[in-house]
Amino acid sequence: MSTTATTSEHLVRMANDIGAFFEVMPDQHQAAKDVATHIKKFWEPRMQRSFLEYLKAHGDQELKPVVREAVREIRPS
Amino acid sequence: MDTHPLHEEIDYGTPARESEQTVTLTIDGVQVTVAHGTSVMRAAVDAGTQIPKLCATDSLEPFGSCRLCLVEIEGRRGFPASCTTPAENGMVVRTQSSKLADLRRGVMELYISDHPLDCLTCAANGDCELQDMAGTVGLREVRYGYEGLNHLKDQADLSNPYFAYDPSKCIVCNRCVRACEETQGTFALTISGRGFASRVSPSESQPFLESECVSCGACVNACPTATLMEKSIIDAGQPDHSVITTCAYCGVGCGFKADMKGNEVVRMTPWKDGKANEGHACVKGRFAWGYTTHKDRILTPMIRKNITDPWQEVSWDTAINYAAGEFHRLQQTYGKDSVGGITSSRCTNEETYLVQKLIRAAFGNNNVDTCARVCHSPTGYGLGQTYGTSAGTQTFKSVEKSDVILVIGANPTDAHPVFGSRMKKRLREGAKLIVVDPRQIDLVKSAHIRADYHLQLRPGTNVAMVSALAHVIVTEGLLNQSFINERCDLDSFKVWQEFVARPANSPEALEPVTGVPAQLVREAARLYATGGDAAIYYGLGVTEHAQGSTAVIGIANLAMATGNIGREGVGVNPLRGQNNVQGSCDMGSFPHEFPGYRHVSDDATRSLFEKDWGVSLRKEPGLRIPNMFESALDGTFKGLYCQGEDIVQSDPNTQHVIAAMEAMECIVVQDLFLNETAKYAHVFLPGSSFLEKEGTFTNAERRISRVRKVMPPKAGLADWEVTVALSNALGYPMQYNDPSEIMDEIARLTPTFAGVNFDKIERLGSVQWPCNDQTSEIGTPLMHIDRFVRGKGRFLPTQYVPTHEKVTPKYPLLLTTGRILSQYNVGAQTRRTENVKFHEEDRLDIHPHDAEERGIADGDWVGIASRAGETVLRARVTERMQPGVVYTTFHFPESGANVITTENSDWATNCPEYKVTAVQITKVKQTSEWQENYHRFNETQLRLLKEKVAAEVAAGR
Repeated sequence: MSTTATTSEHLVRMANDIGAFFEVMPDQHQAAKDVATHIKKFWEPRMQRSFLEYLKAHGDQELKPVVREAVREIRPS
Repeated sequence: MDTHPLHEEIDYGTPARESEQTVTLTIDGVQVTVAHGTSVMRAAVDAGTQIPKLCATDSLEPFGSCRLCLVEIEGRRGFPASCTTPAENGMVVRTQSSKLADLRRGVMELYISDHPLDCLTCAANGDCELQDMAGTVGLREVRYGYEGLNHLKDQADLSNPYFAYDPSKCIVCNRCVRACEETQGTFALTISGRGFASRVSPSESQPFLESECVSCGACVNACPTATLMEKSIIDAGQPDHSVITTCAYCGVGCGFKADMKGNEVVRMTPWKDGKANEGHACVKGRFAWGYTTHKDRILTPMIRKNITDPWQEVSWDTAINYAAGEFHRLQQTYGKDSVGGITSSRCTNEETYLVQKLIRAAFGNNNVDTCARVCHSPTGYGLGQTYGTSAGTQTFKSVEKSDVILVIGANPTDAHPVFGSRMKKRLREGAKLIVVDPRQIDLVKSAHIRADYHLQLRPGTNVAMVSALAHVIVTEGLLNQSFINERCDLDSFKVWQEFVARPANSPEALEPVTGVPAQLVREAARLYATGGDAAIYYGLGVTEHAQGSTAVIGIANLAMATGNIGREGVGVNPLRGQNNVQGSCDMGSFPHEFPGYRHVSDDATRSLFEKDWGVSLRKEPGLRIPNMFESALDGTFKGLYCQGEDIVQSDPNTQHVIAAMEAMECIVVQDLFLNETAKYAHVFLPGSSFLEKEGTFTNAERRISRVRKVMPPKAGLADWEVTVALSNALGYPMQYNDPSEIMDEIARLTPTFAGVNFDKIERLGSVQWPCNDQTSEIGTPLMHIDRFVRGKGRFLPTQYVPTHEKVTPKYPLLLTTGRILSQYNVGAQTRRTENVKFHEEDRLDIHPHDAEERGIADGDWVGIASRAGETVLRARVTERMQPGVVYTTFHFPESGANVITTENSDWATNCPEYKVTAVQITKVKQTSEWQENYHRFNETQLRLLKEKVAAEVAAGR
């Protein structure tokens, strides 16, 4: 079954909340890395997948800039 | 063989004194050396003599009123009381002479002339100091007769559910009054009247139940006669043996003696040598153990296909095999990751460890979480990031050295009462107190306690407050720069320093956010930074927020910035909610880490466990509890093994949780009772209470104490045996003869536990982790003494971000939730005890201004509506609340407090934001639609339980 829209929106909100903690750091590149590390360390793979799928379908304009940069780190290459 | 079956303790008569100076004296010809300040009475015990006494006991300061402990001291006139006379160098003391014997007999004769002579039928028979002393002094007659004025016909007060007060037996020794003051710190008792009219008076000569008494039992413990006596002892008689164990209520982890007759508990007595409580207790641990034998206990395993079916009672084998079959079916149908489990912070370390092992090894995924998710997971993250490990830094005893105590979002006198009493004792000695709390909790203002500062902030603004305090410390030059230079990561410090110094973080700029006058914040910050040794104690009022982890980090920053880490009297102390929250976190209950806080992605750690467990383990984190719910609603999470937690009642947004429950195909609940979660379950595995199994609990001080079996498991298996059986049925074999072998495995695989084993705990009473060959034998009472666990302490900026939960015209008030003294968490245990007499329903606390605006009077039914749902409670109008903020507890399922709370959560850990929900309150005449549905559902589930039992009985005939 596919992930519901509410779950994905919730994931976007959670990602932005993580971003809100790290965006205050002076080194924004490091901050983005920290956001990515946080998501990789604490989000179960299906949450990461749903999040990325949602971004693929809806774009990343809802994301804070630091999270947007972090997503590039999370995405499997 | 145990030669002290009752674990009788020596009463030294007066408290121990700590001093580097000693004095040497001679008592009855025996030379003895004691610490300076020790009483002659206590020194006599060391010399091998017990001086007769009645008003003295070593938990209380000497009082000198009973005149029984008189002694002769060479060179001194008269007969000084040995309890109030300090030992001195060269003193020569005689404890017995014909004159002393006459005096003591005379005193006893007066006592006994106004005391009933019903010793044979008295409940204290066999445990009465008055009786003992009459024998000791050789009382043979009472010359005064019994015709004169006396108290023999005074009526007993039986109002307290747990103890009786019989004034006819009172000798007015004041021990109860002093215990209430010194040990508990409530000051509910006094002696009213003078001379012959002197009587113990609860509050203003009220019945105990109506007085300010908090039923801690300290007075009952202190009473030398049958005046204050446990009703259970009145009913059952004196115990025949006792077993030392650890309380299963809050995170203080008090040591208790379970006083037994055969397999029956007749009393729980606080253990004097228990390091966490030193002989004190609260109404829950001391008295509320009746749930363990309550008729609602389910003692036979049960299964059912659908939650609309009646339960079928089955054998353990059938239930275990059915559960294993269902989990296999689900994993085959929906994939390996479609099942998971929840470990219990109420179970032992060994049981928790086994559940996470089952999930990782037998389920083959990391979908394991614990109820610490919804309370202290931000502590794990915040202290881990800053200090390197998730643990309080101090022992409870450390508070005795604090000069300043900062309490943030904690209510210890209700939620951690025994520690609360300890803290209050220090405050009465003069320590300063800062309370940061939206409510006027008891610590702000109660008997002989006044907070120096109460920063009564708006719910949800802790981070703003902590940053504002930090701003003052940085900009007013109050930093402990040498500590920072030596102990902390300087780059991180500089970033933090620049951040908090910004004008946006000043108390003035944040005053509109927190609602606290900037001047108060400045003064409180100065006090914390410069008032001497300063300790921070915090609770769920910090963690259960959208920025819970940020607030914990902010607190850790404050302690580092002021150098308040690494010695007695200081530190950062999370007050843990349930008895084994610390232990369940230590044991690897979180989906991202193995025991000992090591991430699952760490190859070295993972391969260590893989080798020991003989399986390959996953390196990706598993689902946290809220993620399990969402995945259930998405259709990818189908089965749950839930040990000793009631997620349906305790987790936020009940309707969301229930929808998730209904979306799953197999829920296995292991519990004492058919709790709210079990009403949605398909397999019920009977749990065992803490009295029915061996193991360990770890309290908020990281103290590992033994839980001992005092009776066989009522359902036949201890919880750890059930998990072993389930794992075996799942195809992953587990083999342990005894929980000590489980601890040996934990020690083998977890460096911080390497030195922990049952034999050592038996010998030392308890140990504190880290405990290994690099620590002392007892482990580590104080953490981060010379260096932080992570090396250098790390500062992190803490940007305040307002919660998504905002007040609006539709929802103009903020609801915050909490606990009260007499009930424990979801109440499954305490609701099944006489504690309901103290708190029989959850109420909504509302400020008079908000109440008046809505036409609400005290006791009115009010509707509470949030974006998540609606429920109805009775209102209590109180100025403890600030305008705009309402409060309730969640101890009763029908209250539906969590119908209101939302699934907003902490950014780092998903710990729910229980403490902030925007609501509207209106006066109503009937219960809410949710409550009506709940009642219907509950009745159906209780009927399905009852029908099954009835059907079995019929089949049996």
